[in-house]
Amino acid sequence: MPQQQHQGKLTSGWMGIHRGHKARPLEWLAEKFIFLVSLSTILMVFLIFVFVAREALPIFLGKENSALIKPVIPPADIDKLKSEELRAYLNLTEKQFQKMDRETKVDLMLVKQEAQSEIPERLLNDPDAKLNTTEWGAMLKPRQWASYNKPEYIWQPIGQIHKYNIIPLFVGSLKITIIGLLFAVPLAVGAAIYISQLARPRVREVVKPVIEMLSGIPSVVVGFFALLIMATVMQKVFGYETRLNAFVAGVALSFSVIPLVFSIAEDALTSVPRSYTQGALALGASRWQTAWQIVLPAATPGVFAAVVLGFGRAIGETMIVLMVCSASVMSWSIFDSARSITTTIAAEMAEAVAGGHHYRILFMLGAILFAVTFVSNMLGELVIHRLKHKMEGKR
Amino acid sequence: MAETVLPKLEVTPQNPLVVGAGASLIEISNLSLFYGKSRALKDVSLKIRERVVTAFIGPSGCGKSTLLRCLNRMNDLIDGVRIEGSAKIGGHDIYAPDVDVIELRKRVGMVFQKSNPFPKSIYDNVAYGLKLQGVTSKGELDTAVEQSLIGAALWDEVKDRLQSSALGLSGGQQQRLCIARAIAVKPEIILMDEPASALDPIATSRVEDLILELRKDFTIVIVTHNMQQATRISDETAFFYMGELIESGPTQKIFTMPKQKRTEDYVTGRFG
Ligand SMILES: Nc1ncnc2c1ncn2[C@@H]1O[C@H](COP(=O)(O)OP(=O)(O)OP(=O)(O)O)[C@@H](O)[C@H]1O
Ligand SMILES: [Mg+2]
Repeated sequence: MPQQQHQGKLTSGWMGIHRGHKARPLEWLAEKFIFLVSLSTILMVFLIFVFVAREALPIFLGKENSALIKPVIPPADIDKLKSEELRAYLNLTEKQFQKMDRETKVDLMLVKQEAQSEIPERLLNDPDAKLNTTEWGAMLKPRQWASYNKPEYIWQPIGQIHKYNIIPLFVGSLKITIIGLLFAVPLAVGAAIYISQLARPRVREVVKPVIEMLSGIPSVVVGFFALLIMATVMQKVFGYETRLNAFVAGVALSFSVIPLVFSIAEDALTSVPRSYTQGALALGASRWQTAWQIVLPAATPGVFAAVVLGFGRAIGETMIVLMVCSASVMSWSIFDSARSITTTIAAEMAEAVAGGHHYRILFMLGAILFAVTFVSNMLGELVIHRLKHKMEGKR
Repeated sequence: MAETVLPKLEVTPQNPLVVGAGASLIEISNLSLFYGKSRALKDVSLKIRERVVTAFIGPSGCGKSTLLRCLNRMNDLIDGVRIEGSAKIGGHDIYAPDVDVIELRKRVGMVFQKSNPFPKSIYDNVAYGLKLQGVTSKGELDTAVEQSLIGAALWDEVKDRLQSSALGLSGGQQQRLCIARAIAVKPEIILMDEPASALDPIATSRVEDLILELRKDFTIVIVTHNMQQATRISDETAFFYMGELIESGPTQKIFTMPKQKRTEDYVTGRFG
């Protein structure tokens, strides 16, 4: 009997026989909506990356030429060129090229010729002026520029000869990020251990929101504070030469990293089951031993995730670093000024000509930064996964 | 706290001693406990003898766990707990101001209702208590781990995977691991709060066998809701009701001819 009923009324909804969206249409709708929302965020990230990468593509492919001195084709020779060659010479896209009439093209050629003739005499025989500085070799390897006495890494995008060596920027980012993390991680994790394991509830109720409130301070304000007060105080204390340097920037940066790392690590530590703590205390462990030897190891995946996110925040932070130090000096010393990748993009994008090589190189820096953060997050995720597996006894 | 100076008594289930008669290891007198304003224990007085399994029984919420936690001062961790009266172990008041709670807990081990191995290797779980006591020699730790696991009837099942995570064990194995962890530090007393309540019958009977084995070396206090279990493994039983100790004595006597009507009703299953 039940068999028959089942078969006969398959579509009528007897006892939930209805499947999928027919049974609960509202839930189905809500589910699909949420799915679309999450899909669109993924799409956004993807689109942003595509946009950044597209702008940077000519650099990646080596299609830009930033040399000051380029061979000149006199406007009179316009008919000797194939249209494809002319388009490449004038640096136009196909669309632009097709829209232009002959007159405009000749004018453009004139402009080019004039620009070349305006190059000062002293530069005409300078090998630097003939160098395409957007080639990978020029961007990565040191070069002995005219009037320098040894090969150096130099980022000097403005000027007659555009020096686009990106190594100082990477070193700057790395220095500042590492200093920031070295400060932020121990402090934030220490505070998280204290607040989640050792502090009395009263203390926790006050301290936790205060630390988390730090993240609400705009980074301009933190930068301003670091620029005016911290830099001076720290120079007095440590007695170094450059007032605004990577060290000050890193310490200031840690203000914006601490709340993030703290709140994630604190969550991870708090969600360690109370039964572990009780087990350890019942064996005669002190509260400190319990926190350090049992709770912290049990929360490593979460704490590690906090550090990975902190790294992402630190390497992406712009404003604080921009305000505190900005000269792009190639130096591993933490007491020298440094310019990070993000700062460079923020400070120079406004003055870079859209579509020019400077503009494209900035986008390339952005793409690389994006990739670095992405890869580091992936690796972090992998490590966290491993840690969890190991702890849960899965092999 | 000094070592107990009591002579070791030969006690068997067939020849149980009467709770409250003669000298004993744990002496609770007029103990009252308040969670904030509500009183969870009322004037409890009870003596627990050495190397005897004592069972606490009673309906849910009557304060068995609370009393058990008093004995290793785990109640200290709960905010707003206030205690009156005294609890002595080996003649020393464990609530005296000079008592080091950490030392106390090393001498009074505890096994919880829900098994709670640390998310570490099996070896590290058992060795943790010893490491806390400052044992560092590898040889010493190895023997202690092996002995404790043998003592907890777990050795054969885990000897080939000592370095893998304890969370990969089954529930019953995890509970025996917790018992191994507790006995590794050689406490004088082991408190067990419904240690078998989350286990299947086979795992339960293994834990019960283990308790009967352990009573040769340890004083055991166990909370249980299972009347059969109480009769099987305990020598003495204390029955609680609404925070009061109603009756205590040899298990056989409590279950066959209790003095109090309420005890009789409870052990025969007429209320609970
Ligand atoms: N942490 C706590 N805070 C406040 N009240 C508590 C706390 N723990 C227990 N109580 C109360 O104290 C009384 C005794 O609780 P206890 O846990 O000792 O009971 P129990 O006999 O172990 O019960 P069960 O058999 O259900 O485990 C109960 O009324 C309970 O609500
Ligand atoms: Mg209980």
